[in-house]
Amino acid sequence: MNTLAILRWLLWRELMLTLRRRSDLVAVLFFFVISVSLFPLGVGAEPSLLRVMGPGVLWVAALLSVMLSLGRLFAADFADGTLEQLLLMPVPLALAVSVKIMAHWLVFGLPLVLLAPLLGLQFGLSWQEAGVLTFSLLLGTPSLSLIGAIGAALTLGVRGAGVLVALLVLPLYVPVLIFGAGAAAASAADISPQGALSLLGALLVLGTAFGPYATAAALRIALD
Amino acid sequence: MGLFGINWYRYAAPQAFYPLAGKMIPWFAAIAVTLGISGLYISLCIAPTDFQQGEVYRIIFVHVPAAWMSMFIYLVMAGWAGIGLALNARLSFMMAQALAPTGAMFTLLALVTGSLWGRPTWGTWWVWDARLTSELILLFLYIGFMALQSAIEDPRRADRAGAVLALVGVVNVPIIYFSVEWWNTLHQGASIGLTRAPAMAAPMLWGVLLMALAFWAYTIVVALMRVRCVIAERAREAHWLNEMREST
Repeated sequence: MNTLAILRWLLWRELMLTLRRRSDLVAVLFFFVISVSLFPLGVGAEPSLLRVMGPGVLWVAALLSVMLSLGRLFAADFADGTLEQLLLMPVPLALAVSVKIMAHWLVFGLPLVLLAPLLGLQFGLSWQEAGVLTFSLLLGTPSLSLIGAIGAALTLGVRGAGVLVALLVLPLYVPVLIFGAGAAAASAADISPQGALSLLGALLVLGTAFGPYATAAALRIALD
Repeated sequence: MGLFGINWYRYAAPQAFYPLAGKMIPWFAAIAVTLGISGLYISLCIAPTDFQQGEVYRIIFVHVPAAWMSMFIYLVMAGWAGIGLALNARLSFMMAQALAPTGAMFTLLALVTGSLWGRPTWGTWWVWDARLTSELILLFLYIGFMALQSAIEDPRRADRAGAVLALVGVVNVPIIYFSVEWWNTLHQGASIGLTRAPAMAAPMLWGVLLMALAFWAYTIVVALMRVRCVIAERAREAHWLNEMREST
């Protein structure tokens, strides 16, 4: 098998595995919807306030949802030994890791993006604002998966990994959050969101270029 | 053979570094105390009172050096971590581990003195200013590094995982700083003139510099003491340590 075929097979395997355990996916999605819905209950249903807060709330909720799903990324493969086989495959580990991260985003990130316009309208965003918000999530959530994978790999098999991942990963999410929510806020203030969106794209390029290598290094350390 | 005819690689072994660190500690402690006393004398007695802020501005002599050290220590820590990963040197990892608590302490000190200073001058304990916010995130990065290291039981894995995290963090620090600054200008505008560089009187500048050097020497002392503890802890079953203890 050539490299591309192996990677395609790996992507297929990852997608199948997560889609067969649909409860994980549903739980993460419901967490996203519930945590977003709690905000109006907490701060009051003032439409002007909600409209200002909307993009930020959606972004923070997306961040936390992605973080919750990080445990699924490597833990099961680590427990049953698949990860070691992955290491022995005739493809570079960073490439295999990229495919796993891509599958993770397709299953856990993309649904959040698709839900965003609906939730944005609930917060009274205009179509244009909701559109920019959705696009910013589309550009930003892959970065969240890429950065999160580093944290997930570092805490593999460690006691209390769930909380530890939050501690490691959330500070690193700050730039994505700022540019993501900033793009939507800029469009609400009638400023072009192009700058923020370009920066989000730049973060994604940086994350794609370096993230898998850091994750691969962390996995090698964990399996050492 | 290296510089001054000393084989510096010899000291990469914890066994050889342990006594060397013990010899270096008193010297750096003396430097820290001397610089600290002279810095405090200049900053509390010689430096003139600020015509705008009065005496309260003297917090600067702790605040600014602490903020400098908080960032500098993170860089040094990541540097040790990188050397450790590249050369597979145990001592480098131990140095990174020894520096982290001091870095976190200086970050916290900068935040606390900053908010104490902010209250009388800006009338608020906390502003979501770019520098304050990125300093806060730096504190989270330090805490994450320490939490990861203490959560992993195998010291070899803890060392290397911490090193990867420190390197990822050091790439992110400038990105975080600029993103926070961008966020800041978008959200609140320049309501408080934090970014203007104050024209400092010469004694003030000297006070800040001396205090920064004193903090630097203090950091070396504490890091060396801590690295000795780390070496002793990991080598508690090795006989060289016991022999060294018995001979002194």
